[in-house]
Amino acid sequence: MALNMIVCVKQVPDPEAPASAFKVDEAAKKVVTAAGVAPVISQFDAIAVEAALRIKDAMGEGKITIISLGPASARDVIKHGLAMGADEGVLLSDPAFDDGDGYATGLALTTAIKKLGDTDIVFCGRQATDWDMGVTGTAIAEMLGVPSATFAKGVKHQDGKLIVERALPDGFETVEMGLPCLVTVSNEMGEPRYPKLQQIMMAARKQITTWSAADLGLSPDQVGAAGARLTLERLFQPVSETQCELIEGETVDEAAQKLAQRLREAKII
Amino acid sequence: MANEKGILILAETQEGGGLAAATGELLGAARRLVDAGAAGPVAAALLGSGVQALAQEAISLGADEVHVAEHQLLGEYTSGAYTAAMEQVCRQVNPAIVLLGQTNIGRDLAPRLAFRLGTTVAMDCVDLSMGGGKLLMGRPCYGGNARAVNASRTMPQMATVRAKSQDPLEKDPSRKGEVKSVAVQLDPSQATPRVLERKKAAAEGIRLEDADVVVAGGRGCGGPEGFQPLEELASALGGAVGASRAACDLGWRPVSEQIGLTGKVVGPTLYFAIAISGASQHMAGCTGAKNIVAINKDPEANIFKSARFGIVGDFKQVMPALIEAVKKLKG
Repeated sequence: MALNMIVCVKQVPDPEAPASAFKVDEAAKKVVTAAGVAPVISQFDAIAVEAALRIKDAMGEGKITIISLGPASARDVIKHGLAMGADEGVLLSDPAFDDGDGYATGLALTTAIKKLGDTDIVFCGRQATDWDMGVTGTAIAEMLGVPSATFAKGVKHQDGKLIVERALPDGFETVEMGLPCLVTVSNEMGEPRYPKLQQIMMAARKQITTWSAADLGLSPDQVGAAGARLTLERLFQPVSETQCELIEGETVDEAAQKLAQRLREAKII
Repeated sequence: MANEKGILILAETQEGGGLAAATGELLGAARRLVDAGAAGPVAAALLGSGVQALAQEAISLGADEVHVAEHQLLGEYTSGAYTAAMEQVCRQVNPAIVLLGQTNIGRDLAPRLAFRLGTTVAMDCVDLSMGGGKLLMGRPCYGGNARAVNASRTMPQMATVRAKSQDPLEKDPSRKGEVKSVAVQLDPSQATPRVLERKKAAAEGIRLEDADVVVAGGRGCGGPEGFQPLEELASALGGAVGASRAACDLGWRPVSEQIGLTGKVVGPTLYFAIAISGASQHMAGCTGAKNIVAINKDPEANIFKSARFGIVGDFKQVMPALIEAVKKLKG
């Protein structure tokens, strides 16, 4: 039986952009996107697409639908998933979705997943690289009422069940759960595949379904900032107080010796 | 529910017995919140199988009450059983604030528990305070480039707390508190996902999180052999070797050595960042270090912004000289 898989992806400011390009508008409590720095698919979400593709490859069949909640530009990250090899895309876009928290965004995604129906596995990245919160995936699992395995480094479908290897700081654990279920994916899964030119061209031609809050049967006060349970009281850039003492010398040896001496003088070693 | 009161923390045990370091840190944070005007008591939830004996340790670290939930299905962690058990404890204790560690368990359990309770959670907080009667939850975001302060519109207000961001109280064995037992109802079908196997990475020598000196290397080390001088310096100083995510993803070092937002958090007295650029992803794991020493070819590298001492140079040349100088000093 071919599996129906869904991957939730998010468009984020490029985390590889230089720190100097990063600015915060404290009054608006928003990050100002630097001109010329294009937003990208959140890294762990690309790996989540990879995880779904590995299951599809291993089984020789299956359907993968990419869902993203965001502005019209989030179409690009859906296209990225399609170019990697996913089959369909759904964009949840509505000004009412803006500035939601993990709960409000999770509610919209969950409602969309239910609307698509018949889902076997939902994949999400372990956390988005903008807010680094790591709750939306689990929020979806809880709202769908399905089991979840977080921080996956390996996934395998076997005898109607999903076997997940979870990355733990001190090793790993292997868990098993029935379908439907949800998996959040960690970097230990490995690099996401790179879309080939032909796939990029095919993805460009694919139609992406767009749903608004009304299409999902959600009222504007249930989603976005109005539906959020977590408020943002402040957003600012922390200032580093450390002044680095650069140690120099005529030769590398001399600099290294001076460093050792300074560490001794400061009673650190 | 209404009339929520007090702070509930989830206590965790550590391998080899006793409470985990994170538990002492949570209790310290909770006590300081009470000092700052949050309503007490400070309660600890102790879940597991055969954990009752640890209740007094939680009291000695600052708990006024310990709610012990003993159940066979809590002997090892599953998100299903722990969420169900914690939900029952929370409904009984009815706290205004719930704190968990940003640990293996906390990362997995906190969001699930929060949504089960009809509330939400701010993850990986480093700064907790009270403002206008609410819990203010300060947390790094955008890979550490920004700091957000969140509050919760729903009760209980929940946060997970980053390791080593909070000081524990000094243990006071004479401290008095109340130990209550909670009869949790659990069904084997709730213990999902089912654990088939748990494997610990073979740890040699000193534990990274406990090491007083950490010598960490990054992508700039160039390959697994590039870590050889790092091993040597660590051994000369009785420390442990760590690595950036890049070095682990490339397979140069085991994942168990990864330091950063998605890896371990360390707080040694001395932290050597060798050929590490200092991406905020990595810095999230070592901001607790008292002294950072950076060795990097690139004078513009971000790491120098957080370092106390630095050498601009090729680590391949600096390290042998540094190892020799350190060995000489150590006599």
